[in-house]
Amino acid sequence: MRINCPYCGPRGHDEFLYGGDATRQRPDPATPDAEAAFCDYIYLRDNPDGAHRELWFHASGCHAWLTVERDTRTQVIGAVVPARSRT
Amino acid sequence: MRYSVFRLLAEAARGNRHWQPTWRNAEPRKGYDAVIVGGGGHGLATAYYLARNHGLANIAVLEKGWIGSGNVGRNTTIIRSNYLLPGNTPFYEWSLKLWEGLEQDINYNAMVSQRGVLNLIHSDAQRDADARRGNAMRLHGVDAELLDVAGVRRLAPFLDFDNARFPIRGGLLQRRGGTVRHDAVAWGYARAADKLGVDIVQNCEVTDIRRERGAVVGVETTRGFIAARKVGLVCAGNSSRVAALAGLRLPIESHVLQAFVTEGLKPVLPGVITFGAGHFYVSQSDKGGLVFGGDIDGYNTYAQRGSLPTVEDVCEGGMALMPMLGRVRLLRSWGGLMDMSMDGSPIIDRTPVDGLYLNAGWCYGGFKATPASGWCFAHLLAHDASHPLAAAYRLDRFQTGHLIDEKGRGPYPNKH
Amino acid sequence: MTVPHPAGQPARLVRSGLIDRSQPLRFSFDGRDLTGYAGDTLASALLANEIHLVGRSFKYHRPRGILSAGPEEPNALVELRNGARREANTRATVTELYDGLEARSQNRWPSLRFDARAVNGLFAPLLAAGFYYKTFMWPAAFWEKIYEPLIRRSAGLGTMASAPDPDTYEKSSTFCDVLVIGAGPAGLMAALTAARSGARVLLADEDFRFGGRCLSEQRHIGDLPAQEWTATVIAELASNPDVMLLPRTTVFGSYDHGVFAALQRVNDHLPVPPQFEPRQRLWRIVARRTVLAAGAIERPLLFGDNDRPGVMLAGAVRSFINRFAVSPGRRAVVFTDNDDAWSTVADLQAAGAEVLAVVDSRDGAMDANRLRSVSNISVRNTDAINGVVRRASGGRALQAVEVVSNEGQLQRIECDLLAVSGGWTPTLHLSSYLGARPRWDADRAIFIPDQLPAGMAVAGAANGEFTTRAALNAGYREGQTAAQALGLSPAQFALPSTPDESAARQALWRVPNTRGKCFVDFQNDVTTADIELAQREGFNSAEHLKRYTTLGMATDQGKTSALNALALLAEQTARPIGSVGTTTFRPPYTPVPMGALAGHHRGRDFRPVRLPPSHAWAKEQHAVFVETGAWLRAQYFPRTGESDWLQSTIREVTAVRSTVGICDVSTLGKIELQGPDSLQFLERLYANGWQTLAVGRARYGLMLREDGIVMDDGTVARLADQHYFMTTTTANAVDVYQHMQYCHQVLWPDLDVQFVSVSEQWAQFAIAGPRARALLQRILDPGQDISNSTVPYLAAANVTLADGRRARLFRISFSGELAYELAVPARSGDAVIRQLFAAGADLGVIAYGLEALGVMRIEKGHVAGNELNGRTTAQQLGLGRMLSTKKDYIGAVMSRRASLQEPAGPQLVGLKPVDRALRLASGAHFLPVGSPVTAANEQGYVTSAAYSPTLGHWVGLGFLANGRQRHGERLRVCDPLRNRETLVDICDPVFIDPQGERLRG
Repeated sequence: MRINCPYCGPRGHDEFLYGGDATRQRPDPATPDAEAAFCDYIYLRDNPDGAHRELWFHASGCHAWLTVERDTRTQVIGAVVPARSRT
Repeated sequence: MRYSVFRLLAEAARGNRHWQPTWRNAEPRKGYDAVIVGGGGHGLATAYYLARNHGLANIAVLEKGWIGSGNVGRNTTIIRSNYLLPGNTPFYEWSLKLWEGLEQDINYNAMVSQRGVLNLIHSDAQRDADARRGNAMRLHGVDAELLDVAGVRRLAPFLDFDNARFPIRGGLLQRRGGTVRHDAVAWGYARAADKLGVDIVQNCEVTDIRRERGAVVGVETTRGFIAARKVGLVCAGNSSRVAALAGLRLPIESHVLQAFVTEGLKPVLPGVITFGAGHFYVSQSDKGGLVFGGDIDGYNTYAQRGSLPTVEDVCEGGMALMPMLGRVRLLRSWGGLMDMSMDGSPIIDRTPVDGLYLNAGWCYGGFKATPASGWCFAHLLAHDASHPLAAAYRLDRFQTGHLIDEKGRGPYPNKH
Repeated sequence: MTVPHPAGQPARLVRSGLIDRSQPLRFSFDGRDLTGYAGDTLASALLANEIHLVGRSFKYHRPRGILSAGPEEPNALVELRNGARREANTRATVTELYDGLEARSQNRWPSLRFDARAVNGLFAPLLAAGFYYKTFMWPAAFWEKIYEPLIRRSAGLGTMASAPDPDTYEKSSTFCDVLVIGAGPAGLMAALTAARSGARVLLADEDFRFGGRCLSEQRHIGDLPAQEWTATVIAELASNPDVMLLPRTTVFGSYDHGVFAALQRVNDHLPVPPQFEPRQRLWRIVARRTVLAAGAIERPLLFGDNDRPGVMLAGAVRSFINRFAVSPGRRAVVFTDNDDAWSTVADLQAAGAEVLAVVDSRDGAMDANRLRSVSNISVRNTDAINGVVRRASGGRALQAVEVVSNEGQLQRIECDLLAVSGGWTPTLHLSSYLGARPRWDADRAIFIPDQLPAGMAVAGAANGEFTTRAALNAGYREGQTAAQALGLSPAQFALPSTPDESAARQALWRVPNTRGKCFVDFQNDVTTADIELAQREGFNSAEHLKRYTTLGMATDQGKTSALNALALLAEQTARPIGSVGTTTFRPPYTPVPMGALAGHHRGRDFRPVRLPPSHAWAKEQHAVFVETGAWLRAQYFPRTGESDWLQSTIREVTAVRSTVGICDVSTLGKIELQGPDSLQFLERLYANGWQTLAVGRARYGLMLREDGIVMDDGTVARLADQHYFMTTTTANAVDVYQHMQYCHQVLWPDLDVQFVSVSEQWAQFAIAGPRARALLQRILDPGQDISNSTVPYLAAANVTLADGRRARLFRISFSGELAYELAVPARSGDAVIRQLFAAGADLGVIAYGLEALGVMRIEKGHVAGNELNGRTTAQQLGLGRMLSTKKDYIGAVMSRRASLQEPAGPQLVGLKPVDRALRLASGAHFLPVGSPVTAANEQGYVTSAAYSPTLGHWVGLGFLANGRQRHGERLRVCDPLRNRETLVDICDPVFIDPQGERLRG
């Protein structure tokens, strides 16, 4: 696979480390059901067969965490943006 | 039709024209007492033990393709019970015991070959960890031996002892470990289950799990609705997809694992050998091919194909361990979908949906577990209670924190 | 006419061919000295010497010859070369002949001509597909002892080398606009068109000579013979600097996003690679567009004993004649179900062979006018028979064929060559590796590529465009399309006018009513009877068939057998072939040596080695080094007279505890943080609090994973208001840094903090022992005050060395002694360690290694890798009080789960042998005294053990259930693996100076 790093250009995916589902949001630890919310956040996954928004770390490059749109069935990669830009 | 050398002689004399189908290619009926979704090794074993141990014969195995088309047909064939943690060791040891009697039990030669599994040790820390593991095995009555370098050399003189980046300092050996002819496991269980009346339905994909008032009443399939009050999901890499039909999210990601086989060569390797300083494990099949694998590719995927860097990484491990392999040619590779769980250990449990049971999360170590997995899942389906050997494989352990993390890698499925 | 050749190659033609008769090459086969020419393959050279018997089959040990002239070869497999360079299962048909080549036949005993195991053939009915699943089950104990060894003895064909491969392998990456795979007419034309359009082109072909079928057919392209046309195109491509030509290069895998893997056989055509050159090179190719022009592979026909040496694919016959100038037989019969094979007749006749008959299974195929019109074929002096070959006869060589005409007339024709053609199968493998299933084309009765991977096009025979003209057109078309897609303006030019041969075929999947064995997969000895048996037993899907019969699983990967088998399966199950489907295509296209895939990553170069800054100095001190992850670290520093590591370690520990010692701890992960929110960031990262950490102070920190388990520990020093410096353990340096980046970039991008790993930038030395301050003072600027009041325990300061170097000083102790860690820029590390030893000689300074470091940390009860094993909680480690309850941090919520706080769970304890003379070993388990040694009684385990020179006996650390409440209890540690059992006293894990007086001294 080739991932088009917004900072470094297209690179082999072996330069990157996989960080999993990017749609997960770290829950608010202050809420009463924080423990359940954290369990969900840490352990449960949609694991979709198709469109997947996921994180990759450009370990052998610019050290950016990236959000990558990839289809887990076809491996087609869409948008790649810095993970920090999502907020 | 019982298999034996006499049958073989008799049928050969008749021109091999009277052999019967190994299993009936059943048409689905309207309903069953229980339905197993997934005709892989674990699903077929579950069906067999349901019929054999619990007298439940009105059951069906539904397979979306052809039976054995998943990981039981695509793995490195290794069996062993060299586990560290108490939740695992007795379960895998029971599996190994079932392997040891499998052929007589199901009257099918799956070539269970106990030529040993040797884990190489390359550092003091590794020796400490393997000593703990080996001792844990011994405490559970499992065979284990700690070898020094000379012991490893006697067993596998062809390893790189003299020029290695990570010198071999010893090994943990389980002599009862070994390999099994993987496809034969699926066929043998299918045949044995079929003989007990189980319907094996191929080309039958489950498209929905029908529920009424929170309980399962059956499954919709590409071949129509099939009623069943008990549905067991044994779908490996597709577990999340199928569980989603019942509104469940699982602590599982699907990843691809590649494995490889070389051209057939005259036998050299005594048993299974695993590299401790890189991810590489290898054995030599009865046909002479070196069968080997390494790490998963490391990202979610449902595409049954791997990537080149992993191929290279695995072969680098092979060459580091056995530099005489340089001219041995890799013949085939394949990629299978692994149901990677969040702690690297499986789930055999009820689900929040009544009548729906889950057997999943085998990561890339499910093959060796096939008999015990089927045994314990059958028990769960029959009694609606966990088998004691699989009591730790609960679905709620991710909430309670009673995790079974053999490698200590944490909730990162691609690191297990 | 065949004229006996002067070089003793009786079947060599005197003229024509692409061999160099001025370059004779000597070679040997099974010890027999022979001669061939440059340009030969081993197969063509064997045929030139009239050697037709080359190997034995896997199961029945049937005599086998040469079936093909390419990579699909199932039969002619040899062991090539000797000793450490021995290559088993090498296909003679793609082995380029070189001077001195040595080859041996395989899988035969005692000799190729008389193979005792050929007796297996007599038991064929017993050895039918899958027979082993039905027997060898009784008695159970016999499997490993008797049955399996018997089976394994007959496993495999060749033998692997038993010594390390002496040759080297390279890996290279390259990028191109258009990758063209295959340099036949379609590939050459695609490359030419793309190159003329201005694209960067990479043209790869597995053959050592470009041209594909152009090299093997007597055809014209434009005004030129095909061989000459090929040469002109190659010349133009070679002159274009944007074109890279890779002959001897097999593109064997395709991966997502235009990534391809190719194997270049750089020096396999030489006896030994020249110095400094690799044997082979693995190419990783990234291509924007790809044209797959890999050609097609001819199928054999299925009839009785169709495996006899002398039965050869018709296309291969033409290759041997036209390209290699060898006549593969003198008296030939051609058997075909298609028009293409008819051109073999003329080629054979031109080579001086007698063509006794053409047997064509199609009704009406013999119409002379039709033949002339489609193929310009002469059938002079040849019997043309509408019918089939029912059986071949002969043992080690073909003697005759039994022909049955469609009218039912049987005749026997004596011959030594049978050219067969069941049509051609497109070589579409590379179009299918990404999961696309090929489509059944009922008209042509072949599978052709259907949906293609993004960026890939297929041209020529690989796409079912079989004729030369169709191939040229397709190459031009796809070259233009690729150029267009790249934004180039496609070159326009006139294609050479080429007559269109006929590829008409009417499929004959099997000859009916055969006698004798009818092989589908030659190498694995899978016959039509096996396929029928598999079907009878219910193995009806293509994959079941393959797995049950082993069809297509031999080294030729089913290249000649797969479609024939599918057709048989379809026929038996009364389904159309298209609905039977193919088995899944998987890389590699042809087998690839492990050495090439590993490249330089073997032996000591398997993985890079990281060396700490004092390495050169330590080497001079004769340190013994040990691999710890990527690092090579000094384990101990033996002195003359010391007999083992323990003796040296005892001396080192004793010296540190009594004088002063130095250890390189540069391998720790080191991270520099700055910014207004750095404190806030640390607060969220670590489980303990940092609010009270003053500038100039350091503190121990504990980091959890989000699931509440301990991830790592280390120290953080506050160097300035918004400037922190943290260390991680050596093992987790990379993971922790990535984790921090995750926390910052993904979780809390709003925090204004910057950090960078400086592990490589700082050399860091632990200086430990009662005389540490005295030693340090000597190399510091004399004005630098490091008294206990100025630099107390856990102080951090910027200091200047006597020579003016800037350094950082941390008063941190892992050993439990008065200790400092001195950090200097990595480039100064070597100089500073020398300064320290020069300055400290009279203080008794010694170097200590990892062993002593480990002993001292166990004596102090500090946890390390063996305890921080990714499963332990802060509670278990005795660090529960560090978990802040006042803030959120990674792991805070989950660490509060009941199971992670279990009061009676495993807890870190110390242990001492009751008999102080006994040793302890890590990995042993705790059991109560007197209980049976079973898992049910197990209460914990020993994580670390060491001989404590300070206490004079062995000590250990371990996790024991409810351990903190059990100090003073007596237990057994059981080590059944090493047959040891030791009585121990449980104690506090801190064995030395529990109040910490020394380190504050």
